[in-house]
Amino acid sequence: MTRLTLGPIAYHWSAERRRDFYARIADEAPVDEVYLGEVICSKRAPFQEADLPEIIDRLERAGKKVILSSLAEVMLKRERKATEDLAAMETPEIEINNAAGLFARGQRPHRIGPFMNAYNEATIAWMAGQSATHICLPAEMPAPAIAVAARAARDLGLGVEVQVFGRASLAVSARCYHARAHGRTKDNCQFVCEADPDGMPLRTRDDRPILRVNGIQTQSESYVDLLPETARLVADGVTHLRLMPQAADMVAVARVFRDRLDGKASADDADARLAGLVGQVGLSNGFYHGAAGYRRIAAATAV
Amino acid sequence: MSLAELICPAGTPAALRTAVDAGADAVYCGFQDATNARNFPGLNFTPDELRDAVAFAHAKGTKVLLALNTYPPAGKVDLWRQAADTGARIGVDAFIVADMGVADYIARSHPGIRLHLSVQAAASSPEAIRYYCENFGVKRVVLPRILTIPEIRQIRTEIPCEIETFIFGNHGLMVEGRCSLTNYLTGQSTNMDGVCSPASDVEYARHADGSMSSQLAGFTIDRFSPEEKAGYPTICKGRYTAPHRPEGYYAFEEPVSLNLSRLLPELIEAGVHAFKIEGRQRSKSYVRGVVRAFRAAVDDIRAGRQANIADLIALTEGQKQTQGAFETKKWR
Amino acid sequence: MSLSTVTPARMRPGEGAVARLACLALQPVLSRIVRRTAARHPSLFARLGPHQTTDFLIDPVELPFTLHLRPDPAALILRAVPRDAAPHAGATIRGRFLLLLELVDAEEDGDAAFFSRDLDVSGDTEAVVRLRNALDDMDGSLAEETAAMFGPPGRAILARLRRAYSSTTTGQEIA
Repeated sequence: MTRLTLGPIAYHWSAERRRDFYARIADEAPVDEVYLGEVICSKRAPFQEADLPEIIDRLERAGKKVILSSLAEVMLKRERKATEDLAAMETPEIEINNAAGLFARGQRPHRIGPFMNAYNEATIAWMAGQSATHICLPAEMPAPAIAVAARAARDLGLGVEVQVFGRASLAVSARCYHARAHGRTKDNCQFVCEADPDGMPLRTRDDRPILRVNGIQTQSESYVDLLPETARLVADGVTHLRLMPQAADMVAVARVFRDRLDGKASADDADARLAGLVGQVGLSNGFYHGAAGYRRIAAATAV
Repeated sequence: MSLAELICPAGTPAALRTAVDAGADAVYCGFQDATNARNFPGLNFTPDELRDAVAFAHAKGTKVLLALNTYPPAGKVDLWRQAADTGARIGVDAFIVADMGVADYIARSHPGIRLHLSVQAAASSPEAIRYYCENFGVKRVVLPRILTIPEIRQIRTEIPCEIETFIFGNHGLMVEGRCSLTNYLTGQSTNMDGVCSPASDVEYARHADGSMSSQLAGFTIDRFSPEEKAGYPTICKGRYTAPHRPEGYYAFEEPVSLNLSRLLPELIEAGVHAFKIEGRQRSKSYVRGVVRAFRAAVDDIRAGRQANIADLIALTEGQKQTQGAFETKKWR
Repeated sequence: MSLSTVTPARMRPGEGAVARLACLALQPVLSRIVRRTAARHPSLFARLGPHQTTDFLIDPVELPFTLHLRPDPAALILRAVPRDAAPHAGATIRGRFLLLLELVDAEEDGDAAFFSRDLDVSGDTEAVVRLRNALDDMDGSLAEETAAMFGPPGRAILARLRRAYSSTTTGQEIA
């Protein structure tokens, strides 16, 4: 059965907001697996570490599998240390997002995160040979490549995951663009990113929404929405569907996807329910259809 | 002291000959397809052109490095394997790779040819670099343009391979190999197609007041007043508005070029083996000017003289230059 | 330099007739240049790819005419046309004559010229990029080759043009 996962929170949510969020996820959300941990900015990590054991415990008691995700960018001493420490853990499972993590983990089992650029069957086979058990494909992969990659991964006994909801990660940088917007540097950021729980919107100079800034990360303005494509993803061998936490009712979002997967909601009904949950934010599936990522390709015209 | 090889760009056979004649120690180039990260219209080499170019370069003692530094999407890996086989047959001196599957293939199929780790692999820590060295026998890493000189010096002490750093040219802001900005607006991927802000999607719109907008796939990336220096519509060098910046600002970086000419002695002292000049998409004129200037500067430094670098600013984008992260971590 | 400097000057009285005469006088030379270039640099066409049949306007702002180029190896066109009779172009490259000539010869870096806004590109940007890359892959100097077709007088004219260009900031004197 296809498993629904909740990706790591990309934003700098307050400790209180995180606790409340995961309490509700544990009690109400029909997700099977939850990824935790700071992936974007090592400066934020200390704010969550204190609560992490309790959140893990809470989620596991609710029957969710918990996976810890590693930093996407590893450059500074504290980032190298955090990656090494994570790679040394026996439980829970870990998802690696940087080659430094692969180096530290060696031949012990691990998952491959979406920042690892597992684009093709050759790379997936290499990773499987290094004891990867599960691959999350990059967000920009089009359907035909997903199908080939998923088949290869399944033949090797690996789980295959695709992001089906939430803003796509479009880029990471060494520079913090949140700090820059406020005339600060990364070292002196004063955590201004906390004020934007769904990212800081950028608009073009003719006032068209285009991107979101989240610290060192640049995200899509639109939420990726592959709800209409879930049946084909499953048919193509994708085993896990990832929802990225946004400032929306994520329990309700998870229910829509679960109902659609279980055949309890029609395609139209599910689409309408999801549209009602995202407010003014645009939905997109362009990457999946090999088109510009921001585009929304209607099912009728989809390839 | 390290050798401080000068690694120079070539987008065409004529540019390659220009770079060789201007004093390049090695030239890097790619085929006319998605296997390299400068898959631009009218640029790059056919296999026959590369064969002739390698013969020309080798006759003058210059090495040729073949960039196979994109990420094959599943189902298309054969194109990259064939490109590697063709490069090996022609006798290139090294492959520049990013994808683990491609690296693994070359390490097994062409073990006699050097592997360089592309900046597109984004290996920015000793551990990440050692992963590629130990698993694929990588001989040199091209470092991301995000490290300070003290950080480079530290990395040097912890890795078993050579270091190559960019010293001049386009100043990439995003971690290379992790950027889908172009694909988000145009449907063409930097990682999978080797495309960045493709010309086919670029348009310059003139306005009645003399200002000009640069657009990518219909999105306004920047708007220039009549007196302002213009730039190509690269998403990470655009001007946008944010809630705190209603006036519009360079959210990521201004259109500037990297120029580390003043830092060459420090980079050599930090243990950098090779200096890379960006710009396979630029003209012969650019290649000639930049390579000559840096050739002279490196020769001066090697001979213990004060390097007197020519003024390269006219060749820089927006006619502005920066030392970026290399100078200070305040850049971050 | 501001964009306004690369905008064609408004036509003066009698200029239309001058332009038509200039075009007539120039045509045999242009035909020879383009045939010779095509014969000596056949690889140029491959780099143009699908844009071999694109109509380019190369517009030297200080001259009374514009150049129409269609780099189709099967039916090569390079002709001078008065601005008011110019065909609809897929791409237009506008700038001062010597700058355009230097771009063709890779004496000058096209990107640098564009960044400084001495050069003005409109229409299909990919077509312009392909043309630029195709021309950039030619060894030698198209200007020198052309001047050489006219022997010592040709080379002298080119040298004088270059001196005039480098010694002037407005570009008007060389028109």
